[in-house]
Amino acid sequence: MNIPTHLRYTKDHEWIAPDGTVGITAFAQDALGDVVFVELPEVGRELKSGEAFGVVESVKSVSDLYCPTDGTVAAVNTKLTEQPELVNQDPYGEGWIIRLDPHQSDAELLSAEDYQKETEGA
Amino acid sequence: MLACFQLYCDGQEGIINLEYAGTKASRGVLYHREGDFCVKDTPLTSWHKNHGGKLVEFGGYWMPLDYGSIVEEHLAVRQRAGLFDVSHMGEFLVEGASASPFLDHLVTNPPSRLTVGQALYSPMCLPTGGTVDDLLVYRLEEQKYLLVVNAANIGKDWEWVSQASQHWPMVTLTNVSDRTALLALQGPLAQSLLQPLASIELDAVSYYHFVPQVLVDGIPVLLSRTGYTGEEGFELYLDANAAPTVWQSLIDRGARPVGLGARDTLRLEARLPLYGHELSETISPLEAGLGMFVRLKQPGDFIGRGALERQKSEGLQRKLVGLTLAGGIARAGYPVVDAEGHTVGSVTSGTHSPTLKKAIALALVPPSQSAIGTSLNVEIRGKLVPAEVVATPFYRRETRI
Repeated sequence: MNIPTHLRYTKDHEWIAPDGTVGITAFAQDALGDVVFVELPEVGRELKSGEAFGVVESVKSVSDLYCPTDGTVAAVNTKLTEQPELVNQDPYGEGWIIRLDPHQSDAELLSAEDYQKETEGA
Repeated sequence: MLACFQLYCDGQEGIINLEYAGTKASRGVLYHREGDFCVKDTPLTSWHKNHGGKLVEFGGYWMPLDYGSIVEEHLAVRQRAGLFDVSHMGEFLVEGASASPFLDHLVTNPPSRLTVGQALYSPMCLPTGGTVDDLLVYRLEEQKYLLVVNAANIGKDWEWVSQASQHWPMVTLTNVSDRTALLALQGPLAQSLLQPLASIELDAVSYYHFVPQVLVDGIPVLLSRTGYTGEEGFELYLDANAAPTVWQSLIDRGARPVGLGARDTLRLEARLPLYGHELSETISPLEAGLGMFVRLKQPGDFIGRGALERQKSEGLQRKLVGLTLAGGIARAGYPVVDAEGHTVGSVTSGTHSPTLKKAIALALVPPSQSAIGTSLNVEIRGKLVPAEVVATPFYRRETRI
């Protein structure tokens, strides 16, 4: 399973990059199956760590997206409105979901190694 | 984000807690915990598990939701050929001198008019006109029929049919669900793929007809030209022990395994009802738009006839319509709101249509809101999303010339 080491992770299967970009992991998109709709938050919205900020729908499922850290929504990936399948095709790249302007450190987040252990149930 | 994963599956909504399930990385074992909840395996559950199937509990069985991509499996059935394990469906034999009059009394579309070798679809109603189940009836012999019922209703239906049969001494019932496997081969290439394995000329089997003892790869099956996808295709009933052999032969010839996820999107595009959604004990077949399977013009009483006649003469309170929408996916139970902001109905099934590449839904609404072109809204997570009443089915295959 592809888990890039430069990202931080949540137990809820979101990732956050050093620049505040947030998406869902390869593991998550695989478990969900074909993503067919992404509900995005408004730019400028203030989010708390753990707060639901959007929704990813696959053919058969509806899943909330949880914010990895406190921050302000600086940008959203509007490409996902027309091409939600980018979340499946490139979860760490073109399939990013929002960019946060983070307000605090990422101390409570998981490293790639710890996240891998989570997905393996170690 | 996966902590509470709501699954909208063929027939039932279940909540699957992925927190523990997600702790296993291999796709094949994501949800499958042996021995849980007395969930049964089909003869092919281990095949699904070993071939990337995402197993879910459905109707009391471990069934494959998909093998990686519902959309790809859906398109494979529309364009080529897909193979479904639907061994979870229930099968009852009804036989005896009174089998025909008994069944004419039990279901709304009289089976006695079938010839031997022919099948029909029928609702089975309560005295209130609500629906106990919808089923297929095969006339095996002059006085012997096979009923095929929904997996989630096997227990309830068995009770219902047994109770009803007590007034009919010349009727014998047998539940053969556990020893019967059911495979569905569907898609434009289904016939050319199956023909080399079959002992009969498949062209000779017309729609809703069957042959009881066809050899497929040397194994006897009951073969019918039926299905639940809106495509051409066949269903094969066979001994559970022989199912893996026939399954593998069809896969080896190029059929793609298809899970319940695509079975649901395929049937929804074709506007085929799913019990628990478009039909239930509080939804009559007339409300679900299945009047052609309720023979009110023919003489003879059947369970629910009086109530259904009243519904028809007094006018239906609600009708099933097709919706398309942009800005979210309407799921079962979501409210339908009219242009003035009043909640007027609810969604019975909704999904993303892989063929049309947009959100489609079926909903029960008042007749005044059912005309094609009517503008409605579906409430999705507190927001009103515009929807339009459209003609159904959403997808109709091109008929063969």
